[in-house]
Amino acid sequence: MATKVEQGYKYTATHEWVRVEGSRAFVGVTDFAQHAMGNIVYVELPDVGKALQAGEDFCVVESVKGAHDIFAPISGTVVEVNGDLEDAPQKVNEDPYGSWIAVIDMSHPDEVKDLMDAAAYATHCENAPAH
Amino acid sequence: MKKTPMYDEHKSLGGNMVEFCGWNLPVHYEVGIVEEHRRVRSAAGLFDVSHMGEVWISGEGAEAWLQRLVTNDVEAMHDGQVVYNFMCYPNGGVVDDLLVYRFSRTRYYLVINAANVEKDVAWLKMNLPPSGVELRDVSSQTSEVALQGPAAERILQKLVSFDASALGFFHFVPQTTLDGVDVLISRTGYTGEDGFEIYAPWEAGAQIWRAVMAAGKDEGLLPVGLGCRDSLRFEACLPLYGQEISPSITPLEAGLGFFVKLDKKELIGGAALRGLKEGGLSRKSVALELLDKGVPRHDQEVRYEGRPVGFVTTGGYAPSLDKSIALAMVPADLAAEGTEIAVVIRDKEKRARVIKKPFYRKNYKK
Repeated sequence: MATKVEQGYKYTATHEWVRVEGSRAFVGVTDFAQHAMGNIVYVELPDVGKALQAGEDFCVVESVKGAHDIFAPISGTVVEVNGDLEDAPQKVNEDPYGSWIAVIDMSHPDEVKDLMDAAAYATHCENAPAH
Repeated sequence: MKKTPMYDEHKSLGGNMVEFCGWNLPVHYEVGIVEEHRRVRSAAGLFDVSHMGEVWISGEGAEAWLQRLVTNDVEAMHDGQVVYNFMCYPNGGVVDDLLVYRFSRTRYYLVINAANVEKDVAWLKMNLPPSGVELRDVSSQTSEVALQGPAAERILQKLVSFDASALGFFHFVPQTTLDGVDVLISRTGYTGEDGFEIYAPWEAGAQIWRAVMAAGKDEGLLPVGLGCRDSLRFEACLPLYGQEISPSITPLEAGLGFFVKLDKKELIGGAALRGLKEGGLSRKSVALELLDKGVPRHDQEVRYEGRPVGFVTTGGYAPSLDKSIALAMVPADLAAEGTEIAVVIRDKEKRARVIKKPFYRKNYKK
């Protein structure tokens, strides 16, 4: 099944996306991730103010299959969370690139260049084991 | 990892294959667990359950021997009937739950859980008398599909020569054919819906699968996977071995005493279970609805006023109710409807309330 990749976003190998606006990074999960998780029924949002290290699990997405850890793509502090997902977690299935989970105020913006661009991520998905 | 005869069918239908009890089986197909779940409730779904185990018990002593080994009343059965049972250890803990099919007083068919085939067969053999009862494990020669949902009878009728509407719930047709293949068909299932289970020789499994899928084409039949098998049985409060019942959880504590006949002369585990009943159960399985947001899961802690008091046996999201629910083992004095307790999900207490069982009322054929 063809997975959608959004141009201009940055990606992790663990299927999170990042959209950078100045020092702020919007973070969500990719189309590949939502498809693999299946019907999403709850997003446990991180606490605002939480300090994160890149690679650390910072949020849990519960689907009908089970609980899935979501990893911080970059280091920084959670400054905003998407409260809409509390009542409508299925939005992550419907519009994964529009459904940001949290905004991270980046402490090390140079980490962004370590992330994959859309083309590299598309190749990564093609080589990923089928879920 | 073992493959069932329907493996290629699952792959071509877009099955999302996972390992389950050593078998490679679809957890869902392209439409996903929730849609598959709803389809079984509204029309029909077809499960490959070839991983289940099947054992023949035969001989002059079969009836009396089974009566001692399994908890329900085997002597009260009639030919063509299926009865749900437990096999218990002497301490009342559960070896397995199983279906017993009576062909005659000297010939029975047992259907056991895939995870327990080796253990069960060893247990059965260990308890065999020196003569009069023979056991034959045909698990590896037997494929099985479960056709479940309100449209199941109409779909099956297109495939068989007997009157499907005349086959009662928990009854079977011992010998018939489907697409030219000799099969055993029972009106049984594990979803809380009407439906049938069809047993066929291993090598005919894919043929049976294709024939049923073709017959269901205009009836809304979907291939459905293990994911919705679990969510469907959970909503109907049908127990899963290893969760609601286990070597350390007796059928009485699980609220399944209806299937345990304690007045039998001889029953393995009978004395322990009678003692438990007479002394009063100290813990009970309850149905919970979550009042806070979140999804409870198997094995999470249950607290009351901050104290650990029990654990979740099954938890999850219920598609038919659009709610997070759980079955949990709690002290008997906290089992009353309306009691507020908490489930601990990732170190946070989420409020939950004891509600009436089952979550979903079964739609069985009478």
